[in-house]
Amino acid sequence: MAGTRNEIRFILNGGDVALRDVAPDATLLDWLRLDRSLRGTKEGCAEGDCGACTVLVGKLSSEGLVYEGVNACIRFMGSLDGTHVVTVEHLRGTGEKLHPVQQAMVDFHGSQCGFCTPGFVMSLYGLWMKTPDPSNAAIEKALQGNLCRCTGYEAIMRAARAISSYGKAAKDPLAAERKDITARLKTLHDGVRVEIGSGKQRLVVPADVDDFAAVLEKEPGATIVAGSTDVGLWVTKHMRDISPVIFIGGLEGLRSISEADGVITIGAGVTYTEAFETLSKRIPALGPLVDRIGGEQVRNMGTIGGNVANGSPIGDTPPPLIALGAKLTLRKGNARRTIPLETFFIAYGKQDRQPGEFVEAVHVPVPAKGAKFAVYKVTKRRDEDITATLGAFYLTLAKDGTVADIRIAYGGMAATPKRATAVEKALIGKVWNEATVEAAMAEYAGDFTPLTDMRATAEYRALAARNLLLRFYVETTGTKAPLQVSRNEAA
Amino acid sequence: MTKHVPNLKAQKISGGVASDQRHDSAHKHVSGAAIYIDDMPEPAGTLHGCLGLSAATHATITKMDLSAVRAAPGVVDVLTAKDVPGENDISPTGRHDEPVLADGKVEFYGQPIFCVIAETREQARRATRLARVEYEQLPFVTDIGALDPRKDRLVTPPLTLKRGDAAAAIKAAPRSHKGKMRLGGQEHFYLEGHIAMAVPGEDQDVTIYSSTQHPSEVQHMVSHALGVPSNAVTVEIRRMGGGFGGKETQGNQFAALAAIAAKRHRRAVKIRPDRDDDMTATGKRHDFLIDYEVGFDDDGNILGVDFMFAARCGFSSDLSGPVTDRALFHCDNTYFWPAVHAHSAPLYTNTVSNTAFRGFGGPQGMVGAERVIDEVAFALGKDPLEIRKKNFYGASGDKAGDRNITPYHQTVEDNVIQRIIAELEASSNYARRRREISAFNANSRFIKRGLALTPVKFGISFTATHYNQAGALVHVYTDGSVHLNHGGTEMGQGLYLKVAQVVAEEFQIDLDQVKITATTTGKVPNTSATAASSGSDLNGMAAQNAARQIKDRLANFVAERYQVPRDQVLFLPNRVRIGNQEVPFGDLVKQAYMARIQLSAAGFYKTPKIHWNRDKGEGRPFYYFAYGASCSEVSVDTLTGEYVVERTDILHETGRSLNRAIDLGQVEGGFIQGMGWLTTEELWWDDKGRLRTHAPSTYKIPLASDRPKIFNVTLADWSEANEPTVHRSKAVGEPPFPLGMSVLHALSDAVASVADHRICPRLDAPATPERVLMAIERLKREAAKPA
Repeated sequence: MAGTRNEIRFILNGGDVALRDVAPDATLLDWLRLDRSLRGTKEGCAEGDCGACTVLVGKLSSEGLVYEGVNACIRFMGSLDGTHVVTVEHLRGTGEKLHPVQQAMVDFHGSQCGFCTPGFVMSLYGLWMKTPDPSNAAIEKALQGNLCRCTGYEAIMRAARAISSYGKAAKDPLAAERKDITARLKTLHDGVRVEIGSGKQRLVVPADVDDFAAVLEKEPGATIVAGSTDVGLWVTKHMRDISPVIFIGGLEGLRSISEADGVITIGAGVTYTEAFETLSKRIPALGPLVDRIGGEQVRNMGTIGGNVANGSPIGDTPPPLIALGAKLTLRKGNARRTIPLETFFIAYGKQDRQPGEFVEAVHVPVPAKGAKFAVYKVTKRRDEDITATLGAFYLTLAKDGTVADIRIAYGGMAATPKRATAVEKALIGKVWNEATVEAAMAEYAGDFTPLTDMRATAEYRALAARNLLLRFYVETTGTKAPLQVSRNEAA
Repeated sequence: MTKHVPNLKAQKISGGVASDQRHDSAHKHVSGAAIYIDDMPEPAGTLHGCLGLSAATHATITKMDLSAVRAAPGVVDVLTAKDVPGENDISPTGRHDEPVLADGKVEFYGQPIFCVIAETREQARRATRLARVEYEQLPFVTDIGALDPRKDRLVTPPLTLKRGDAAAAIKAAPRSHKGKMRLGGQEHFYLEGHIAMAVPGEDQDVTIYSSTQHPSEVQHMVSHALGVPSNAVTVEIRRMGGGFGGKETQGNQFAALAAIAAKRHRRAVKIRPDRDDDMTATGKRHDFLIDYEVGFDDDGNILGVDFMFAARCGFSSDLSGPVTDRALFHCDNTYFWPAVHAHSAPLYTNTVSNTAFRGFGGPQGMVGAERVIDEVAFALGKDPLEIRKKNFYGASGDKAGDRNITPYHQTVEDNVIQRIIAELEASSNYARRRREISAFNANSRFIKRGLALTPVKFGISFTATHYNQAGALVHVYTDGSVHLNHGGTEMGQGLYLKVAQVVAEEFQIDLDQVKITATTTGKVPNTSATAASSGSDLNGMAAQNAARQIKDRLANFVAERYQVPRDQVLFLPNRVRIGNQEVPFGDLVKQAYMARIQLSAAGFYKTPKIHWNRDKGEGRPFYYFAYGASCSEVSVDTLTGEYVVERTDILHETGRSLNRAIDLGQVEGGFIQGMGWLTTEELWWDDKGRLRTHAPSTYKIPLASDRPKIFNVTLADWSEANEPTVHRSKAVGEPPFPLGMSVLHALSDAVASVADHRICPRLDAPATPERVLMAIERLKREAAKPA
């Protein structure tokens, strides 16, 4: 290792930025608005749910320079080292003319009060760069993290479909400066640790995973920040002191996703977006689930490792991963141990993670041939909502049509992600038919005593959770009849 | 912008009325160049405020130790009730029941009790948390279900509307039914939260930039709180990032505190609450419990109706009086009630004081009317649409006879609902789809479809008659360019643009020649709130009046100077024809200036014909009505209650629209907002009286993926206002909001299918997946019971 550096470096729009005086909890949004007077980026909620603060962050990856929409309100400055931040002010370039995304929004009346508009423009820009002629479904997905209270979205959809008639993505200002930016970003990646500040104002960006392990072993009380989609709110909403902070989102060594011997290994720094392609291809039932976690900006930042590590009872990935029989590798210094994911969750707010230890990777077995796997998330609002109840099912049938094995895990039903062991017991060894399922549905009361809160009552959680087993059963019968309401194009 | 070169040969000006102009700020919205209050450069030394909120729901404050707050880094001052130099009251209706800062007693969880002023916003926020406040808890009530609307405490006097003898009519009717409906409130969720920045001036002066729909009220409240005359206070607002009624009165608190601190410290003070504080400490749409009784015959003719509209008003009156009044004014929706009795109960609760929200109680009244229709339909085994059509007000023009008198004794003179329903029924293929859905449901075990077509009639005018006035100020400069100002505020609805179109049309100059300027109490005084859908009706007329005064002076000047009769002076596009010659408008203006003609005018308008006697419950509160209808189809998962809207068709009328592009956006956006209110937007208080849905993570407004998959919106091209409104256009702000009712009723229809449409689903709102599933379960249970 070539020592340490005491500043973070990134590119803002066209210019190079080097900052020595950065608080570990300083957010990109405040810095843009207060330090740089770039006030086109708005604060709507300060919790990553409304998208008014959407900016693009370009990072070098195995696919080259990739731009993704993120929520500047919960993005910490320390996580920006070696990236290219693009705000709405950059879109027009130096020209008089509006950017195609902007002109389409103007011509199709996509803004009313205009406050959410810069965020929508940035999200649509991020979409258009990758998908110049998107389907309605693709546009809706790209806009899951953007709230508009005026237009009812229809005008924005019309604008989104028309962008390519205003210009070609290949001729876009960002495309034009791509080579230059890539070269500049490469020079920023100098492979050294960044350390700034001390005491309550300390942040570290480790040089690599080994360095991270070393830093954390030395400072076991540090806050580990990968995507900051949760820790961001500790700061903006709870004003907690999180120093010292270790930023791991940029560590190459945690960003790989690979498959060997039927097991997919996901590095703890892999975002939902990065995991989507592999997961949706190899375990198709996970695709629609990942699509309903947060909005696009949150999926671009949030990691599966983080979703597991923070142990929330309403995290969306632990139940399906438990049902799939996933394992977890934890690392402390150079020592590693691998445990079944299920045993990681001990109690509310308590996980099997030792001081100085971190989640390094999640190992997910691809379902065996003939096994049936499904996961269902139930929410108040379809997209960008937190689970009321979520059920995951992994069924292995014997040749005689009886249940050889079934693993059922739920979120939102207990203090941790939890197996429905009594229900499983009532199914194993029985013939997989509706009578068996009906009988097993009575066992839910023994497995779960859910709570009433703002998302759902205990009664509803219990009832919907139970009904998901019936849905799963009918789905395994191969019926053609619709079993879920769908956002797919109308027939 | 480059200087405008007018086309002197044009047949038509660009950007006049009835043309589809883009929002005047659209190019700034998309590039981040539109300046909202938080984007303005702060004067040097600007301080920042943060409100300290009550942690008790109803309590006496026994001790408030703010020493740690005062000692925190960056803190300059901490304001409490005793620091309010004038009156510690911001009650908008003068009922003196709403303090700027609570004084010794708190009446809801989240009520502001102190205000920290610090060098930075973050320092103010952090310091606020250091307060140590002790409370002596008092009994509290947050849910109106626990209250008796006839006996319990009200925040403002109730209203009764009465025509005929409803009780006798119901009693004499062949059939009758009594029921109850619960209807939730709604958070505005303007994307730009509340904000005020006060800049102190000399003497007693202060200028406040406030995100408000009602600058004049902010001015008055600030002057009361400061104890200075109104002429010392100037309030300005260029644009809001959404309002929806949430900024009609709710900005007063932030403005008053910013002004007090600014005067104390002679520094600018900005207060921008965090979203959670904004949602906790500011009012929302009123939720209601509606008791109803209806008498009807076997054909579905409704003979008598009795309503009790009980509302959760919160701890103070705010606008609850006029809001609950408007609920009663709309308890008929589009229906003629031969005998009717309707009563309101604006109930006191230990919750934030509820306030204006698009529709202002009207949608709640209409939802009650539609529930009554459902009850009759299910009792008779008929399609609700059939019952609706049977009970409409008489169509205007034909022999409406006595079927056009409202419960408040106004005659409906402009009814077009029959035509709207007939056209929408045809364009949406209602009858065919009804059959297709029956067939689908018969073959689908878990997913059920539902269909409903619901009408809307919305009364236009402030029911506080004196509010129906407006002022405008128009200057013509010597180069022919025009400066426009009026009392209306811009919150995204395109009001500034519409009024500019009216002025451009009046002068016959291109729209780019008209400069739209920020609303300020210093230019146009004593204005009404931009509310009640009245913005362009009132301000458009006032601006037209101002422009006409100047035009008259120009015409008189021309007639004299050129020695032609007045009727030979014609304002053509960008020029004036004087006898046989044409003079560019700009040249003429210069000549008029040289001849010392006044080129500035203050315009004024007051709505004619309207009057209202609240004690008698009689009058003509509305100048006219706006009509529309929507038809929605949904799919419901009967295992979880989840649903999607498959298709919505809307036909809505906006008169001879000033700008159809703007109006279409209002209709689309209003529908989605109304749908959100009735579906996923749920306010939830815990057993300690705390609102727990105070951020977008817990309060769910519609997303793009909640839109109907097929969404056909049409503005009736035949529509025109019955009354001489501005260019015969009609108001469009609120009327589309209740179009969202068709989604609630389509969900009801899908729920009803599990019991073969024999049992009225009585689906309450918001119809979250949970409420839908619970209604399905109830119907299944009732259907299984032996008859």
